[in-house]
Amino acid sequence: MDRQSALLWMKDVSKAFPGVQALQSVSLYAAAGEVLGLIGQNGAGKSTLMKILSGVYTIDSGELYFNGSPLVIHSPHQAQELGISIIYQELNLMPNLSVMENIFIGREPGGAVFVDRRQLEQQTRAILERMHMHLRPTALLRSLSVAEQQMVEIAKAISRDVRVLIMDEPTSALSEAEVETLFEIIRELKRSGVAVIFISHRLEEVLHICDRVSVLRDGQNAGDVQVADTSREELIRRMVGRSLEQFFHRTEHLDGSVSSTEVVLEVQKIHRRGNTLNPDAVVLDDVSFSLRRGEILGLAGLVGAGRTELVRTIFGADRRRSGRILLNGREVNIHSPVDAIRLGIGLVPEDRKAQGLILGLAVRENMTLAHLDTLSRAEFVQLATERRLVTEYIERFEIRTPSMEQKVVNLSGGNQQKVVIAKWLMLTPQILIMDEPTRGIDVGAKSEIYELMHQLATHGISIIMISSEFPELLAMCDRIVCLAEGRVTGELLHREATLETLMHFCTLRRQVVSVSEGAIAL
Amino acid sequence: MTMKQNTPSAPRPIDWTAYASQLGALGVLIAICIIFALIEPAFVSSRNIFNVLRQVSIYGLLAVGMTFVILTGGIDLSIGSLLALAGLVSAAVYKGGMGLLSAGTAGQAEGFGLIPAIAAAVAVGVLGGLLQGTAIARLKVPPFIVTLGGLTAFRGGALLFSSGQPISTFTDEYKFWGQGMVGPVPVPVIIFLGFALLAYVVLRYTRYGRHLYAVGGNPEAARLSGLNVSRIVLSVYVITGFFAGLSGFLLSSRLNSAEQVAGVGYELTVIAGVVIGGTSLFGGEGGIFGTVIGILLIGVLSNGLTLLNVSPYYQQILVGLIIVFAVYLDQLVKRRRR
Repeated sequence: MDRQSALLWMKDVSKAFPGVQALQSVSLYAAAGEVLGLIGQNGAGKSTLMKILSGVYTIDSGELYFNGSPLVIHSPHQAQELGISIIYQELNLMPNLSVMENIFIGREPGGAVFVDRRQLEQQTRAILERMHMHLRPTALLRSLSVAEQQMVEIAKAISRDVRVLIMDEPTSALSEAEVETLFEIIRELKRSGVAVIFISHRLEEVLHICDRVSVLRDGQNAGDVQVADTSREELIRRMVGRSLEQFFHRTEHLDGSVSSTEVVLEVQKIHRRGNTLNPDAVVLDDVSFSLRRGEILGLAGLVGAGRTELVRTIFGADRRRSGRILLNGREVNIHSPVDAIRLGIGLVPEDRKAQGLILGLAVRENMTLAHLDTLSRAEFVQLATERRLVTEYIERFEIRTPSMEQKVVNLSGGNQQKVVIAKWLMLTPQILIMDEPTRGIDVGAKSEIYELMHQLATHGISIIMISSEFPELLAMCDRIVCLAEGRVTGELLHREATLETLMHFCTLRRQVVSVSEGAIAL
Repeated sequence: MTMKQNTPSAPRPIDWTAYASQLGALGVLIAICIIFALIEPAFVSSRNIFNVLRQVSIYGLLAVGMTFVILTGGIDLSIGSLLALAGLVSAAVYKGGMGLLSAGTAGQAEGFGLIPAIAAAVAVGVLGGLLQGTAIARLKVPPFIVTLGGLTAFRGGALLFSSGQPISTFTDEYKFWGQGMVGPVPVPVIIFLGFALLAYVVLRYTRYGRHLYAVGGNPEAARLSGLNVSRIVLSVYVITGFFAGLSGFLLSSRLNSAEQVAGVGYELTVIAGVVIGGTSLFGGEGGIFGTVIGILLIGVLSNGLTLLNVSPYYQQILVGLIIVFAVYLDQLVKRRRR
């Protein structure tokens, strides 16, 4: 199968956003009746690629061909008309409509006013039977499981004569048996000549269902291999590459002397169930780890590994199901952020704008928000003291703002993040949890934040750092705990950790953990 | 991934755009006053000015409470009904009987006295607010629904309490609070401005005030910063309840009668005033200064148009238009800021 005759061919496609080259000369093709795996680390460019194909983004340069003829996609609607459908992780369905109404929404058979329900049901039944989907056309969507809802999405695509079906992490919310059912459906699609692009972090599944795999790394092609000729190890190697970027490197690591330092936080056997997609999903399963004084501990994992859920549970932002948290050797009950803060734990959350800041308030008001109890006398905020304190932190962190009265919404990402960090440091915490502290921040501000983290650790503050950028974890962390599917799959010291080992542990699936890969530290 | 890079321009000590909507309302108020003064000189007589202030004082008191609620992104539709119930309770306590029993028996000082009457009115308001606040903050029922329920239920309570009869004619001691004067200034005006000042100080200078803006601006970020969000949300409904209770007493005093139909529709006028004053219905933005201006604007308009013999029906249409226009102006300013 050569590229020119492929059903879909993207040739040298580039796309840049302010400050980020999301895709650089990426080529990709998919043939009719083929299942193409698309893999890459978080931020490798998979979602940008998808959004181009669905008409959300336009490309800066490059060419698109569909069925041999040049193609310009203006809108999601047009993409669907052409037969390109995408099934996102978050399904786009109407919970209060029936299966058949969902499948034919906007294209219901019948006259100008009334829907011909009989025809609607017949057409739906035909599709469901052809795909061996055991669903009742009149069932309400919200009564279905996630797997069944996904089937409805697929049926919807088929009803539009789909030619290219892109599935983004379709198995992440499915059980073992449901995954097998999905694979049956994918094979059926393949037989009927649909090109399926299967995006997944689960390498075993990719190797199982796909014919060919395309690897993306840092917005560039990093290999295109036949499944028959490759291995899990090769895929990992291609995903991480060899290029360690020039990151800020900490000069002092606790390596070696780690065992002698004092344990500040111990997390034991944390379990948690239920996410937005599936109330029964296992989010955290028997997670234990410890944190030492002055240590920077990394939490590595791919999307959906449970990193954010874990730290939110520790911080009391979400309820945990079971498990114990020990602080300085004593068990503590953390039911809410109030408890965590009182115990000296701070959280720099993942989404700065939605969770970290009050965008409409000034730098000053944001910075002292968690600190007002100490800053107030008889309920009155001591404005002079507050201003002095805020000035001090603005200078110390070199926060670039015209004044402390500036609304934080007007600050750049890096300066916003510094405001969030300053908010916690005013409380002199003993533990600071930082969830993706450098996301969406330019390079200069990144290195300032690394420097700051290093200083904090040197002063005895223990840091838990989550990052999707493995090189960043490798550069900053004394120790890295790897999570996959809510479980701890490995723990690496600074000197042991490499991109390959991290990727290996972060892509481990459950059975594999117990059977063939016995060499796990925990 | 895409970060809006903002290169700060010249240093600005105060972000005036933050007050744009409040200052805008002030500008409109002054303009309208000048127009009325030019057409009808009697408008600016001190008697008329205090008349306007007296007319808006009850709305104003309620609006002070409503500002707290709206700052958290909530709404309280029940204040008019709660006011009626509180007024009746206050009157009944003052007259020494419950409901109908004492109705019509004018002036007999067999009651429990003035202080218990005021306390009872305030207690009814606070209790009503506590009830609604609990449903909103703890049971997570949307404020619109809870207070819509309150709007109906408290009115029913008022009718039930006095068996559908008003309680009228009080002694001078009772009437003083709604009708009396201190020098040239009507007593309710003093009460209104006093509480407005107090609320201004609370919102601007206290920890509680800061928490309120934070919760209204971003409840999740506030929660993750260790604020007890549900307690703060609960508190604002207690505050509106307090003002509804106090206003219930004051209105019965001013009208020399506690009526079941007192305060019907007040919630809408009050919300209109708060919104015209620049407090955002989404929460986190605005303040008491704007609210006072907004309520004055409505009062001045109604007073001026009455002086000019314009039908009250037109007044309602005008107030409606001003609400929409004020919010549109606000959006315009914000859009330009982005």
